[in-house]
Amino acid sequence: MAKIIGGITTSHIPAIGNAMASKLENDPYWKRFFDGYEPVKAWLEEVKPDVAIIVYNDHGLNFFLNTVPTFALGCADEYHNDDEGWGIPTTASFKGDAQFSWHLAESLINQNFDLTTCQEMKVDHGCVVPMSLMWRHLPEWPCKLIPLAVNTVQHPLPSAQRCYDLGKALRKAIESYPEDTKVVIFGTGGLSHQLQGERAGIIDVEFDMECMEYIVNDPDKMTAFSNTEIMEKAGTEGIEVIMWMVMRGALAPNVNVLHKHYHAPISNTGAGVLLLTDAKD
Amino acid sequence: MVWQKHDYEDIPGTYVFNGERSHSGYNLNKMAFSFNHEANRKEFAADMDAYCRKYNLSDEQREAVLAGDFLKLLHLGGNVYYLAKIAIFHGLTVQDAGASFQGITTAEFKKKLEDNAEGFQEALKKRGGFWHG
Ligand SMILES: [Fe+2]
Repeated sequence: MAKIIGGITTSHIPAIGNAMASKLENDPYWKRFFDGYEPVKAWLEEVKPDVAIIVYNDHGLNFFLNTVPTFALGCADEYHNDDEGWGIPTTASFKGDAQFSWHLAESLINQNFDLTTCQEMKVDHGCVVPMSLMWRHLPEWPCKLIPLAVNTVQHPLPSAQRCYDLGKALRKAIESYPEDTKVVIFGTGGLSHQLQGERAGIIDVEFDMECMEYIVNDPDKMTAFSNTEIMEKAGTEGIEVIMWMVMRGALAPNVNVLHKHYHAPISNTGAGVLLLTDAKD
Repeated sequence: MVWQKHDYEDIPGTYVFNGERSHSGYNLNKMAFSFNHEANRKEFAADMDAYCRKYNLSDEQREAVLAGDFLKLLHLGGNVYYLAKIAIFHGLTVQDAGASFQGITTAEFKKKLEDNAEGFQEALKKRGGFWHG
């Protein structure tokens, strides 16, 4: 049977992609940020997942505003990164797992999550930066990718509660797949940042730490926030934290924290990293 | 016919990108989306005015694109991720645009970010459980 072996959260901003492309890992601005990923990379090396489900949002590569699915699942054998228009280098393509994806789609739709299925889906920095953060040191991607895109661009967005519930349904979907497949699930984006308007540049360290605490120990406190409340504190782009709730919903009610890292600012962003596994009880 | 009001409209200095904005900025954002293709970037760079007309931007939107007035473009329905695809033609990053929205320099904007995060390592230590290298 397929099994979730852990959940990871990470920022996915393009500046990180550019820093990796320019090999700035030891640059004083970046070093503490990148060093904080080493324990997660070591853990991945040890557990060797077969599939990474990356929960992310598209920022105008695959989905234009003509069609904005609230939840969209990649159901393809391969995924490609592509030109986003402003110069972030394109990465190698990714192998998918169409059979597993279609099983997930069927299970989720049967659980009343009416998501969009995508047999062609370009994956943008939101998906690619997390993959690169974990595995750019290897000659090829060591596991398959299943992208799960959440609309965090054009309101109305799904609530934190809805994302959490999607995660719970996703767990059922994964655990009902008959193949022995080790799955790691990524919640990406966030934490606090606002790119737009006169209020651009806010970072709220206290709120970010509170979110990380709630996500680990008290997810119901996180789902109690409305999207407006999250945007007031974390900024309009900080709303991406709702995607961390999909990851959290897919884990057990109690979790072990194997790693917790925070750095700010990275470009415009407060950047949080969590590595969580199911607690035994 | 009326656009629904939302509680997030009270957040100062903030333009939550919703149906109303997406509707008014559709052509502008569609033009920006076309810049994912290099041939379109070249065509735009060769004659920005003509390219804006091809995508049926309003006069106000077209003038703001040519002037690189990103706050105006936000007011006119531009989405920040799509504006990033336009900013590059003015030699600007998202951080430069962030500065221009509030009429400060990029250096001042970066300082603001540093100030907002000031003391974060102490805060992490107080809360406990965070990696410190
Ligand atoms: Fe993002």
